Amino acid sequence: MLYPDRSQYPARKADGSLDIDLTSGKYLKIWQGPNHPGITGNMSVELTVCGDEVVEGKTHVGYLHRGFEKLMERRTFIQCFPIVCRICVPEPDFNEYCYAAAVEELAGIKAPERADWIRALILEMGRINSYMMYLGGQAGALGQGVIGQWTTYVRDLMLDRFEELTGARIYHMFILPGGVRDGLPDGFEGRMEETLREIESTLRDVEKVMFHNAVFKKRTVGLGVIEPDWIDRYGVTGPNARACAVAKDVRKDQPYLVYDQLDFQPVLGRDSDVFTRADVRRRDILLSVDLIRQMLAKMPRSGPLMAEIPNVLHWKIPRGETYVRGECSRGEYGYYLVTDGSGYPRRVNVRGPSYTHAMALLERMIVNLNISDVAALLVSLHTYPPEIER
Amino acid sequence: MRDLYHRLRSRFELGEVTEQRADLWFVTVERDWLRPLLIHLRDREGFTHLVILTAVDWIEDGRFQLTYLLNNRVAGQDLGVRVMIDRDGASMESIHELWPTAATYQRELREMFGIDFPESPGVDEEFILEGWNDIPPYRRDFDTLRYAEENFSQRPGRETRDPAKHMKDELYPDRA
Repeated sequence: MLYPDRSQYPARKADGSLDIDLTSGKYLKIWQGPNHPGITGNMSVELTVCGDEVVEGKTHVGYLHRGFEKLMERRTFIQCFPIVCRICVPEPDFNEYCYAAAVEELAGIKAPERADWIRALILEMGRINSYMMYLGGQAGALGQGVIGQWTTYVRDLMLDRFEELTGARIYHMFILPGGVRDGLPDGFEGRMEETLREIESTLRDVEKVMFHNAVFKKRTVGLGVIEPDWIDRYGVTGPNARACAVAKDVRKDQPYLVYDQLDFQPVLGRDSDVFTRADVRRRDILLSVDLIRQMLAKMPRSGPLMAEIPNVLHWKIPRGETYVRGECSRGEYGYYLVTDGSGYPRRVNVRGPSYTHAMALLERMIVNLNISDVAALLVSLHTYPPEIER
Repeated sequence: MRDLYHRLRSRFELGEVTEQRADLWFVTVERDWLRPLLIHLRDREGFTHLVILTAVDWIEDGRFQLTYLLNNRVAGQDLGVRVMIDRDGASMESIHELWPTAATYQRELREMFGIDFPESPGVDEEFILEGWNDIPPYRRDFDTLRYAEENFSQRPGRETRDPAKHMKDELYPDRA
């Protein structure tokens, strides 16, 4: 037999763990990360390999733990805003929306309709940016550096739109309890349309160069398949689930903001491998482009942007608890907020999709993989470590 | 949700119920009822997705609240199951056999709140913290300010102000 028979070794001990004897010379430990081109951010995977095959992988986090959830317990509700957006750098707006919506719900505040439209617009803009970073990373993990340059260019165009709308490029702090800070600037729709056309044009190039590339297809088709029965067992959400033909999309399942007024269907795949997940995300960008056009055509151009909120210096919220979720680029993003009648949150728990994807799911999927495919698998799950160690 | 509640009440001893939204209810149960309730919700009622498993420290009552939030995607419903456990020697049965991903949540709760989940895989392994020798940091009696002052030094020339006082005195002097 040319390859190790995985049914024979490593054998399992009575407690279910693998019997790996590093002194036997059969196994080797390799750390992929935290400083490694094939890792997604500040995390690492401890690989135990036999030859060039992975027999065990353990995710390690903690490299950028700042205790966001605990810090918020010492801050007033409004002071938490500079913190929440930093829980996810590439797509911070979901933190602002989920936290603001949770605070509004427990405080009995309803944001104006116009603010809801602008919130949804911002979330779709952020989704495109996050996917653009993903596409560059996924191609880069397989040696196609040019894709990252193209997607960074169009992401930068979208950051320009963010800047003119919110005043900031990365951390916007534009969504607040009660609504949003401002309306659309003059001429925003035209400049956004130009950006959307540039995105569509770039995606056509990406499709030809990346998705029709023989090497990319050969290395990603059939790699890292998520079985349908893992979806619930491992808490798989977002494109990772939709690539498995499971139409799991919070925008459709439990519509929030204005998504019930928009015409769309979740993007689905079938084969659930790395290639399919990449393709689902590429088509999801086109869906977001379409949704932005729908929103700009339908949103009201006048009306209040902020509801009346109490003096934020003395804002106390009655005892209660709630959970608010949204569909971010990686899956279900949610905030569990508990209040106790004081001026501070009693408990904030952030549910980032990476929490399940990069831990239990990755450790399950990484076994029997070739070392050279680990980076491609990691990126294909689209994980951001700060969500794990909030 | 009301129909679901009545069905559950006929089978299980349910405690306090909170109707937070039409699609989000919370219910409190005794710890002995948790496992059969979760299995019933998962296998019979379509609540197949474990959204979060987390804890709230009610230090004044000497109790931890464990919240198991489940989602039924088809029905578009969420049910949060609350279990109150003693804060002293906090320990709870593991549910990693029902959802393998629960092991990660339990490992984090062990580290951050000091709640033990015997038999949960890797529950005693360090998750986020490394070489931590203080009380579990997400407990309410862990003082982040004190810890920072004892373990880190201030950068010279840095001025600190009480945010609430500064906002009141400097930014909004005319507001109550």
